[in-house]
Amino acid sequence: MTADVMGYYSFLAMVTSAVIYLVAFAAFSAEWASARNLDAGGHEPDAARESADRLRVDKYGRIGLALTCVGLLSHVAGVVLRGVAGRRAPWGNMYEFVTVSLAFAAAAMLVLAMRRGQRWLGLPTTLLLTIGQGLAVTVFYVDVAPLVPALHSVWFVVHIVAACASGAMFNLGAIASVLYLIRTRAEARGGVRGYLARVPDSRALDRFAYRVHAFAFPLWTFTIAAGSIWAEYAWGRYWGWDPKETCSLVTWVVYAAYLHARATAGWQGRPAAWLAVVGVVSFWFNFVGINLLVSGLHSYAGI
Amino acid sequence: MARRDAAPLSAAEFLRFCWTQLTSMRTALVLLFAFALAALPGSLIPQRPVNPVRVTDFIRDNPTLGRFYDAVGLFDVYASWWFAGIYLLLLVSLVGCIVPRIGTYVRALRTPPPRTPRRLSRLPESVAGASALAPGEALDAAESWLTKRRFRVRRQDDSVSAERGYLREFGNLLFHVSLVFVLAGIAWSSLFGYKGSVIVVEGQAFSNNLSQYDDFSAGGAFNPSQLVPFTIWVDRFDAKFELGRAQRGAARQFTAHVRTAEGAGAPVPSTIEVNHPLTFGGTSVHLIGHGYAPVVTVTDASGQTAFSGPVVFLPQDGNFTSQGAIKAPDARPQRLGFECFFLPTAVVDERGPHSVFPDAFAPQLFCNAWSGAPRQETGRPESVYSLDKAGLTQLSQNGRVVNFRLEPGQVVDLPGGAKLEFRDWKRWTKLQVSSTPGLPLTFGAIVVAVTGLCLSLFVRPRRLFVRVGERTEVGGLDRADARVGLADDVAALAAAVGLPDARPAHEPAHEPAGDPQHEPEKEDA
Ligand code: HEM
Repeated sequence: MTADVMGYYSFLAMVTSAVIYLVAFAAFSAEWASARNLDAGGHEPDAARESADRLRVDKYGRIGLALTCVGLLSHVAGVVLRGVAGRRAPWGNMYEFVTVSLAFAAAAMLVLAMRRGQRWLGLPTTLLLTIGQGLAVTVFYVDVAPLVPALHSVWFVVHIVAACASGAMFNLGAIASVLYLIRTRAEARGGVRGYLARVPDSRALDRFAYRVHAFAFPLWTFTIAAGSIWAEYAWGRYWGWDPKETCSLVTWVVYAAYLHARATAGWQGRPAAWLAVVGVVSFWFNFVGINLLVSGLHSYAGI
Repeated sequence: MARRDAAPLSAAEFLRFCWTQLTSMRTALVLLFAFALAALPGSLIPQRPVNPVRVTDFIRDNPTLGRFYDAVGLFDVYASWWFAGIYLLLLVSLVGCIVPRIGTYVRALRTPPPRTPRRLSRLPESVAGASALAPGEALDAAESWLTKRRFRVRRQDDSVSAERGYLREFGNLLFHVSLVFVLAGIAWSSLFGYKGSVIVVEGQAFSNNLSQYDDFSAGGAFNPSQLVPFTIWVDRFDAKFELGRAQRGAARQFTAHVRTAEGAGAPVPSTIEVNHPLTFGGTSVHLIGHGYAPVVTVTDASGQTAFSGPVVFLPQDGNFTSQGAIKAPDARPQRLGFECFFLPTAVVDERGPHSVFPDAFAPQLFCNAWSGAPRQETGRPESVYSLDKAGLTQLSQNGRVVNFRLEPGQVVDLPGGAKLEFRDWKRWTKLQVSSTPGLPLTFGAIVVAVTGLCLSLFVRPRRLFVRVGERTEVGGLDRADARVGLADDVAALAAAVGLPDARPAHEPAHEPAGDPQHEPEKEDA
């Protein structure tokens, strides 16, 4: 197979994964929609009907997870083929970065859902995956090509894998924090219904978000440090206030503020959750906005 | 900070009040947020130290806004007084907050775990029941179970209390202290470090002394005797560009083939590539740019060679359309100057002459020519890349200005009898020489900081208690958020003290297996 053909199959696998994630999203939606009747309450419980309903709800959830697994397989195949086609690590431009990061997010979601009973993550995560993969294959796509010399470095591999992984975790953390914000409001109004009734209560959400962020933050610290070592090798300066560097630092500081907020009276809960949202926004701005809007040393390889 | 009544504060009290405020967690949080906000404009607004040309463009396009930005330092955010203010306050606040916490931590290390609380059933996890063991045996069993799991244990009359996870606070302190060292390393680098760059054409050499640099900047404590003596001869510079369809023209490989000599040593062959700098002690030499230098000969009307050699041209775009000036101040009777473009792969179309590929596949030199009366050498430095036209007039013939296009090997005869020969082209490479003495400290401190951070985020401080009596009670609590397995530890400890199937003192949220969907929160599983 030539590189071009392989690149084409890689693209095909990515498109397929986007479609499968969409179907998985539909299955998770069906899970929540059918669970609505279940949670609505009000009527006298009809034990037989209820357990049948419950089984159906569970079935949709399992289908969603199974589909996400299949989607991830196709997704990973896309990433691997891309690497084989380019004979290099497949994360050298924005398209590749987004797809790899989303693969990490999908894998993390599956582990959390199947091992830790966090199946509520399925719906928002598959939505994120569908949108992300959809944008990647339509807007960000570029053909496979070798790397510019600045990227020929082990630090490139280390730095970007860490960035992708922490990005994935920041996204899951942000999902939890956003749900936390919505759910605390609903709890205050006493109207926790529908999907919200099926996510953990706000304390558990907050704790979940913290754990995910606590995992991502050291990784992100490492990402920045590795990037800085690489910059020292490639450009002879470890820090130059390049837009991308600056924005990474801003993201880091925002997440440090989030961790502090959780330990500061008066900042726990909603303010902290907002900081997590600000953090993920600055993360995305860094990886998409800066590439498109600002030119700097990090702008390479046709977005 | 306790709120006081309106009694006026003495100066000392006021300072104390300020200090307490500054070192509070809340202030740290606000300062962190302020730091993030203040750093942000630097990634959106062009910055003078990074890209002076774009700043000039910005001011030209937005004069009013540009003047405002300039006045408040937004074109050089990271050197502005307000940015420095924020990070200095943050640093002071950081030191002010960790020093007392180190004291507290050391004291906590020296004191045994706290006494067993009166009511274990009030703890987040607790079990109680009648133990199969005698009270003394039960406490012994508890002690050995806890010690094996690296708890610090305190034996009391009828109870045992134990604590684990001291490394969490240690990690947290280590992290915060390391941040101070990261900054110290940065400060050291910027005081004692230097950075300079020089353009070297193939076939030429560079020796590391101040007079040879094209530009040079150094910290306040730099001393020229710090410059490590070495010489680099650039023999050849290879550049490869993408020829395939995707990303055509993108850079693929740059290698400078050099010989180097340290001090008076013998030259050794070597290469410099992107990501593979040369190092001489603590000094590194990076490849940070390259371009073309046409090799030309200017012969004046009297037949004398007025100039001969390579002339460095500066690339203007990604395809290396390069601009430069050829100067022959010694030409007689008139001195000569040329304004030129060098196009590595030249195409002339409706856009005019430009280059369509960065490699030199069809190199051409486009020039116009100027002449004027010989000038006294003033010693005033002038740019080597542009022609100072004072006292020069453009050459013309039959009422039309002279401009011409040359391929390598071609000569043009100018009106008045002078000649310009485009003999060949060479590549030049821009070398950056830098010394960053604080780097090992900075990176070392970062490694320690990340280690500390992991300890601080992943170590689980936990306290467990056992009290024997009519009913034996076992309880525990976690001192940090988001810890898992407390219930398991309490149950295991209970089993160890002879309560194999003790009931929880209160009902934990647990859902029978096989029905996960009704209780999405299977936390801490
Ligand atoms: C100025 C004074 C500062 C104070 C009073 C302070 C205080 C604290 C405290 C008490 C914690 C423990 C929170 C916990 O256990 O959850 C903490 C954690 C942390 N601090 Fe600071 N800090 C300060 C400055 C900074 C600075 C400048 C940074 C750097 C960005 C920073 C980064 C962190 C991080 C990342 C954590 C997370 C550790 C964790 O959550 O356990 N701190 N800080």
